[in-house]
Amino acid sequence: MGKAGGMNIDIPHEALHPGALDQGSLDVARVRRDFPILSRTVHGKPLVFLDSAASAQKPRVVIDTMVATMETQYANVHRGLHWMSERATDAYENVRDKAAGLLNAADRHEVVFVRNSTEAINLVAHSYGRGVMQPGQAVVISAMEHHSNIVPWQMLREDRGIELRVAPISDAGELDIDAFESLLADGRVGLVAITHMSNVLGTYTPAARITGIAHAHGAKVLFDGSQAIVHRRVDVQAIDADFYVFTGHKLYGPTGIGVLWARRELLERMPPFLGGGEMISSVTYEKTEWAAVPHKFEAGTPAIVEAIGLGAAIDYVEDLGYEAIAAHEAALTDHALARLAAVPGIEVLGRAQDRGGLVSFTLDRAHAHDVATLLDRNGIAVRAGHHCAEPLMHRFGLHSTARASFGVYTTHAEIDALADTLARVREFFA
Amino acid sequence: MAGAAFDDLRDLYQEVILDHGRRPRHAGRPARYDATAKGDNPMCGDRVQVYVAYDEGGRIADTAFEARGCAISVASADLMAEVVPGSSPDDAKALFQAFRHMATTGDCPDCAADERLERLQPLAGVHEYPSRVKCATLPWHALLAALGGCEEASSE
Repeated sequence: MGKAGGMNIDIPHEALHPGALDQGSLDVARVRRDFPILSRTVHGKPLVFLDSAASAQKPRVVIDTMVATMETQYANVHRGLHWMSERATDAYENVRDKAAGLLNAADRHEVVFVRNSTEAINLVAHSYGRGVMQPGQAVVISAMEHHSNIVPWQMLREDRGIELRVAPISDAGELDIDAFESLLADGRVGLVAITHMSNVLGTYTPAARITGIAHAHGAKVLFDGSQAIVHRRVDVQAIDADFYVFTGHKLYGPTGIGVLWARRELLERMPPFLGGGEMISSVTYEKTEWAAVPHKFEAGTPAIVEAIGLGAAIDYVEDLGYEAIAAHEAALTDHALARLAAVPGIEVLGRAQDRGGLVSFTLDRAHAHDVATLLDRNGIAVRAGHHCAEPLMHRFGLHSTARASFGVYTTHAEIDALADTLARVREFFA
Repeated sequence: MAGAAFDDLRDLYQEVILDHGRRPRHAGRPARYDATAKGDNPMCGDRVQVYVAYDEGGRIADTAFEARGCAISVASADLMAEVVPGSSPDDAKALFQAFRHMATTGDCPDCAADERLERLQPLAGVHEYPSRVKCATLPWHALLAALGGCEEASSE
């Protein structure tokens, strides 16, 4: 560890690879060996990757599965009457079962493959917003949404006259549940679209309470689970969700693949999003019949290799176990909050009681971009900026923060390195 | 070896930059100006508003700025405001071309001959940090937009 007074933070590899159990029941040393990239150095320093909330690193099994797919059983899916296509189709469809299991969905046909959470939300805004909702209805979001859960609803508002309402949050960064309920009081809200865990504040929203209130007022609920599903088990039936979206690349899977889960009766009522191959049952120039769900929403050749890679990532996470992951990350987050609180000039944004594995902060003497550059030169990767959540930044009178986010491979020593280096960043800008 | 990790950052954060980033001399909206434009970096949220006043001959008499951004962008805006007065709009554009070359390559063949460029030379270290080059060039994009009669410039 860096010594007080020195500018250099030399982190011995052993410190980051303790070779023993980290707190919680996750064998972090073993986990770290599963991620080839973690043995890299950056600017001559061991990589301290604290940007998993933007995109997580990939375990060997995901990489190998994708390579093996392309080397041994690759063909297009749902089309070929040949052996190779049947194998690829089996592998691809098998991931639908894995995703359904991950979410505890009642029915595998409720899992729609998309590119990412953004596409999933756009799909719902188009097909449910334009196809099922009526002008004069309203959508409720919260004041802590990612742009991907704001802009599609603004587009729906401009296009269809569907009002957009924003539920406020407290200074601690928690949903104001009374204000939320009052936004639904007039019975005009058709859909609540809300994060399950804020990518900036780390706040988990009270999912079951939200659905209870929304359903009592006749509204459906979509959860943006991009962050939430990385850190805790999600059970869409237990929280009584109507739509749940997540993206593969934050869950240790590849980019280009995500999931929209929705109740089957909703998917069946919704018109298709994109037209083309895969999503039809018959086509004539006069009339096209749609395929059954979920294929109605999967136009074109899907991200086959990526979906199979996502399947390997789901297996990997399930194998580690959500209980162990949650315990590990809760311990990391507590440690980070305690260490950052001891660094002069650091202000943590968000003090929610129920939070996941990330911490956003500002440093009094330096802009977040300068902080990120100095950390980077010590091998420490953090996100800096508005985190695609400008309205949330403005809610707190800010334009940018730095954010450290944690994954299954994050160690307490890495958080110590962050805190020690931040203290020196502050000295640098004295 | 103590200090090595941040020592190489001294190429980027030279004392001139830290100083101007912390205490810019030309920050603030002036009472009188002839042209203004906003520069936005949508990727990071940096924003700068540049104000220009002309003399009777159409040269830049004065510039000032309001910035929301990192040390590099504030220092770059401040040094720009220091060096461009006295230049014609065409001179300022040529100066920006030379500055941009320096910021992206680290080379400044004219720095010895042009004291304005020499003054900007502390920003040359930014070329080692590709994600930060736009921080240094954003105020210049805004200046050129103002000189060209536009209201907005983007670093994208």
